[in-house]
Amino acid sequence: MGELSLVMAVAMWRDALLIAKKDLIIEMRSRVILNQVVPFALVVVIFFGIALNANSTLLRDAGGGLFWVAILFACVLAIERSSSIESQDEAGEALRLCGIDLGGMFLGKTLAVVLELIVLEIVLGVATFLVFHLVLNGLAILLISGFFATVGLASSGTIYGALTKSSNVKETLLPLLFFPIVAPVLLAASRAWQLAINGYSSQGAVWLRILIAFAVIYCVLGTILYEQILETT
Amino acid sequence: MSRFLKQPNRVETNLIEPRIPTVIRVVGFVAIVGVGLTVWLGLWVTPPDKFMGNLVRLIYLHPPVAWVAFLAFGVTALASALYLWKRTRSMLWDRIAGASGEVGVVFTGLTLVSGSIWGRPTWGVWWTWDPLLTTTALLFLLYIGYLVLRNSIVDPTLRAKRSAIAALVAVVDVPIVHFSVLWWRSLHQPPTVLNPTLSPEIHGQMAWTLLLGFVSFTLVYVWMAWVRYETIRAQDYLASVWLDNALQERRDEAYVSK
Repeated sequence: MGELSLVMAVAMWRDALLIAKKDLIIEMRSRVILNQVVPFALVVVIFFGIALNANSTLLRDAGGGLFWVAILFACVLAIERSSSIESQDEAGEALRLCGIDLGGMFLGKTLAVVLELIVLEIVLGVATFLVFHLVLNGLAILLISGFFATVGLASSGTIYGALTKSSNVKETLLPLLFFPIVAPVLLAASRAWQLAINGYSSQGAVWLRILIAFAVIYCVLGTILYEQILETT
Repeated sequence: MSRFLKQPNRVETNLIEPRIPTVIRVVGFVAIVGVGLTVWLGLWVTPPDKFMGNLVRLIYLHPPVAWVAFLAFGVTALASALYLWKRTRSMLWDRIAGASGEVGVVFTGLTLVSGSIWGRPTWGVWWTWDPLLTTTALLFLLYIGYLVLRNSIVDPTLRAKRSAIAALVAVVDVPIVHFSVLWWRSLHQPPTVLNPTLSPEIHGQMAWTLLLGFVSFTLVYVWMAWVRYETIRAQDYLASVWLDNALQERRDEAYVSK
């Protein structure tokens, strides 16, 4: 029994890597995230500067939170892109016919979104720090909390991307469902970043617990539920 | 020609009409009487509070309404889990989840409004970033999304499964939201609601009125959810037969004109 579950776990992760590779190859060829989502996120950051009247004190105090709000907006677009890849030419059905492990498919799609978001976060992070005059403090906390926040966003987003798939109002429904769910991620990531930037890394670290819990819970939930979500009968 | 004139299965009109059992009519009646009594006791019979004055009368409305909101979402989560579990899978659970979710959203809205009305004179603001308040507002939006998802999927089986999963995913989020918001606010300021000088001395009469409020609003919930359940069932039936129904009507017209 132990051996069998080990074999199944290996197969699941192999499928996960295959799906992630497939999604990333499609992204490298189509460049949707890089050419459309990244510039969009930059526009959002610039707009925050305009909306807050380029007030450097305000921007420095809110920079961490504004960064994560911009990431959230961009994240919805990335999720929408990720979930629509399989909707063309019945590619999703074809994948299932290949006997892909569906838990693995969830993990693979999540992994691909995580990697895409990390690229987005690097570009946007540099831009935010430069234009908002933020000071680079507590790099370790920034990186670790950023990573777990990204995993949380990608895993819950992949669940909702699949849930809203065949809905006729998908584009508007996804953000409505997704945003309230990831409120804890926004809160914890913003606080962790703001505290780290202001030089209180040790206080920022306590928010990591929420980010890690969220990421783990939604990765497990998605792996278990993805098969049920994709079933149409 | 006779192919068009033969009479296939007729639509069962008694299935289209929502059937409201007598027991639920009684529940509805008792609920209305209970709410009426709560209003009368709350506004005229009970005394004003030493500290809060007449403002205390909102206590007969706000906590019962909030309790029903959380109860309704609990029922939605439970019914969704029962739907997803293959042994108990039945459209019954899907409809209960949907009906309860709708009533839950209404009561969450009422909770926010009544809390806001109480907050304005007490705290001086319509809204404050109190942990419970923020959690409730997020919950309200979360379940609006759930209802929109339900209404956006046409196929009943697909709708049932997707919304059951959405409800479960949402309910897992509720404690995370609550603790993160609690942590966020308590790191900055002490919670305002639990300020000891504001908590009213519960007078005997007041306690009974509050209890009556809880019972009455719970009955209102049962009544509303049940009626919605019956309407959803009738809608599902109508959706499944509307084409047969329309075809039959056209056939009837042909028969008459002949």
